[in-house]
Amino acid sequence: MRAFFKLLFRNRLAAAGAVVMALVVLLALVTPLLPLMDPDITNTADRFMRPFSEGHLFGTDHLGRDLLSRLMWGTRLSLAVGFAAAIIAAIIGSAIGIIAGYFAGRTDNIIMRFVDMLMAFPYILLALAIVAALGPGLMNALIAVAAVNIPFFARNIRGITVGIAHQEFVDAAKLAGLGHTKIILSEVLPNVVPVIVIAMSTTIGWMILETAGLSFLGLGSQPPQADLGSMLGEARSALITSPHTSIVPGFMILVIVMAINLLGDGVRDALDPRLKSGALSRPTATTQIASDRVAAASANDNAILSINNLQTQFHIKDRIYKAVGGVDLDVKPGECLGIIGESGSGKSVTALSVMGLVASPPGIITGGSVIYEGEDLIGAPYEKLRSYRGNRIAYIFQDPLATLHPLYKVGDQLAEAIRCHHHVSKTAARAKAVDLLKSVRIPNPEDRAESYPHELSGGMRQRIGIAMALANDPDIIIADEPTTALDVTVQAQILALLNDLRREHGLAIIFITHDFGVVAQLCDRVAVMYAGRIVETGETDTILADPAHPYTKRLIACVPELGGGRRQLAAIPGLPPVVDKLPDGCAFAERCEKCRTECTVGDIPLRISGSRAVRCLYPETELARETA
Amino acid sequence: MTIALRLQNLSKSFAVGKRLLGAPKGVVRAVNPVTLDVKKGETLGIVGESGCGKSTFARLLVGLLEPTTGSIEINGQPLDNADPAAFGKKIQYVFQDPVSSLNPRKTIRQIMEAPLKHLHHMDKTARAKRISEIFATVSLREEFLDRYPHEFSGGQAQRIGIARALAAEAEILILDEPVSALDVSVQAQVLNLLAALKEKLGLTYLFISHDLAVVEAVSDRIAVLYFGSVVEIGNAEDVFRAPRHPYTKLLADSAPVVGRPLTAPEGKETELPDPLNPPTGCAFRARCPHAIKTCATETPQLTGDETQRAACFNPLF
Repeated sequence: MRAFFKLLFRNRLAAAGAVVMALVVLLALVTPLLPLMDPDITNTADRFMRPFSEGHLFGTDHLGRDLLSRLMWGTRLSLAVGFAAAIIAAIIGSAIGIIAGYFAGRTDNIIMRFVDMLMAFPYILLALAIVAALGPGLMNALIAVAAVNIPFFARNIRGITVGIAHQEFVDAAKLAGLGHTKIILSEVLPNVVPVIVIAMSTTIGWMILETAGLSFLGLGSQPPQADLGSMLGEARSALITSPHTSIVPGFMILVIVMAINLLGDGVRDALDPRLKSGALSRPTATTQIASDRVAAASANDNAILSINNLQTQFHIKDRIYKAVGGVDLDVKPGECLGIIGESGSGKSVTALSVMGLVASPPGIITGGSVIYEGEDLIGAPYEKLRSYRGNRIAYIFQDPLATLHPLYKVGDQLAEAIRCHHHVSKTAARAKAVDLLKSVRIPNPEDRAESYPHELSGGMRQRIGIAMALANDPDIIIADEPTTALDVTVQAQILALLNDLRREHGLAIIFITHDFGVVAQLCDRVAVMYAGRIVETGETDTILADPAHPYTKRLIACVPELGGGRRQLAAIPGLPPVVDKLPDGCAFAERCEKCRTECTVGDIPLRISGSRAVRCLYPETELARETA
Repeated sequence: MTIALRLQNLSKSFAVGKRLLGAPKGVVRAVNPVTLDVKKGETLGIVGESGCGKSTFARLLVGLLEPTTGSIEINGQPLDNADPAAFGKKIQYVFQDPVSSLNPRKTIRQIMEAPLKHLHHMDKTARAKRISEIFATVSLREEFLDRYPHEFSGGQAQRIGIARALAAEAEILILDEPVSALDVSVQAQVLNLLAALKEKLGLTYLFISHDLAVVEAVSDRIAVLYFGSVVEIGNAEDVFRAPRHPYTKLLADSAPVVGRPLTAPEGKETELPDPLNPPTGCAFRARCPHAIKTCATETPQLTGDETQRAACFNPLF
């Protein structure tokens, strides 16, 4: 709650709205206590007195009634009616929406078609019809305004409920023996309330306006009772001669509706989880780079890409998450380098940092360099990075459905990828796209180019993803868990395809995965990451056969292998450290059986010995001492 | 040996393209009739790829879906109405995504209390006592009870999910991909916990997963699902080592194994058949290198001895 108010008041307009609204509500509440004249006493002798006349601060209206008093009482009434209508509409509308969304099927269909019918009428016409049927009067106007707004709530809340009703926790509640009513009240409703509040805060202004509109037409409050709408309506005939009688209530309506809308927008922004997660904060085109970055020099000359002491952090509020804490990697032409690690180990962030694709804010590269063809890509201008992205260095992501545009044909998307970097005609690009589809072994490439992403199976989509990565004959492909979302039979095909392509095109592949089986089959070398750093690297076969770091050894032991039969699996107790609170010394020390006191102090360096390196003081196998 | 769970001709079809009035446009058979016995104290592994109907199957078993045909018997008592509350005391479900199976707006205590309150009608003190017992069993600290689900890591949340399933005191647990959202080092912790619980409480498991190695490591018997049908069922140590059905062999050959060279195990068409327009005969025949004429005309039934049965006219042995 506190966080909500803090967030709300950070928005200055919303804060201003809140202050104005609080003032108006306060005045409306204390109106009966103020020494005001009776708003309904007529005195035709004093009619149309100007503002600031004696005894009448805002002047008088066509019957000589005190405008200040009428304004205060009118505001009070208008606010009460507006709030009441909003609450009634929210309760009834949300109830309808939740029931329709929760039960779905025929119930949903019937309710929502009825709601659609209500929505098909222009709202003012519907309100007029309701008032006409019930007779004029403020109460009936309230009912009309509430009724007119019910469909809005019903539709909004239904949409949210449909999403929640399919969540697993609702199934879990069913299995825990809860009935439908209890599930709706205790499982669904608490998750919907924020949306109801958002919808209310953004519509309450409208409701006050609509009530004023009905009163203006003489269908709301009846004389002599004052509300803002009827005051305007009565003043209409004297608009030219005595404009103050219109301006006073009109200005009040303007102030109230403006204040409520500003506040409502603020409430929505503060409550909406999408905004909290930063979805609306627009990331910069490349990852930010700390001004005090120390660019490390490349150590390896024959590498096509070399990452040196790369450090990427996420700065969220006052916390610093060291996602990548100094990674050194290099990959030679035609080589496949595996990066293996668990979630949160920094393997994906390392890969995204190469092309400056880490979202900023909150991501920031604080150190190191990425050398490609003798140039440092970190800190390279955006135009240069853009000309390399997908052209010289391409990515394959985990979920091709999320990376392909759903509204364009895959052939067009491939052609676009080509035309982005090469000045070729549309037909030439198109022909190349079909060739690409052929090269990733898609049957009937001409027809498939005409398909939309949703028409393809997961394996086919990932082939398109690979085709897109190949579109500009890159030197390096960075594949971030490209087979994790796929079935085993499809995974085997995709891996075989990547392996063939690598040999045909002489590609360097950086392959990120959490699966040792995949690494073993595809990668020449592997780097094992833990808590943002490389703990071990070397030839795949040696590492798998003879791991040097205790983490690698135990991680391999955790993985069940097919053909092993029924058995107790080895586990690593505990959890990886959170990267905003990394311990001193070895990050794995806490979970390590061999941990000694030296392991928890200072920085443990990556000891290099020939092609292998390990970040451990007491490795499982002593690496050969080499004097290079 | 007593039978904990007996399924007879259990199947589920979904109507597709429903209209407000009149018959739906088509019917998808998500699960074809399954007849199956699970012995008390046994772990039956169920493997299959996406779209094979394994989740629908799991939801049928706990009463979240009403079966189109067939019956479910638990400890000899039939349960044929789809009422999760009636099923809840006998058979429980552990969800795939540990975090989304916990209501984000409830504390762990409220989540744990629900089955005790609604299935067992316990009073407050009895509930508190039972919750601390269960938490001790799954090695969770009691201070977790007043926290909200988002404060937990995947492994911890899955332990809470298991604790909730245990609270119902059901003897059969359906584990629907319980470790596929977890990292390998944590996955083993959860699998070992499940094994220990089974030993201690005499539970019966149905372990559903797409990970062949995991299923093999935890199961007594394994059923392989393809396109809504059980195509092979047998002892865990035999099914992947010596498969009888060509699909099982394809699965076993596709799993990445350290030390096995990379080859695409399949050159033929790899797409699943269209569920709206299923093929006649065996659903796997289009992908099958051993297909014979009969495969196109007749639907194969499970045949073979009790230890390993396959639904194939031309089995591998």
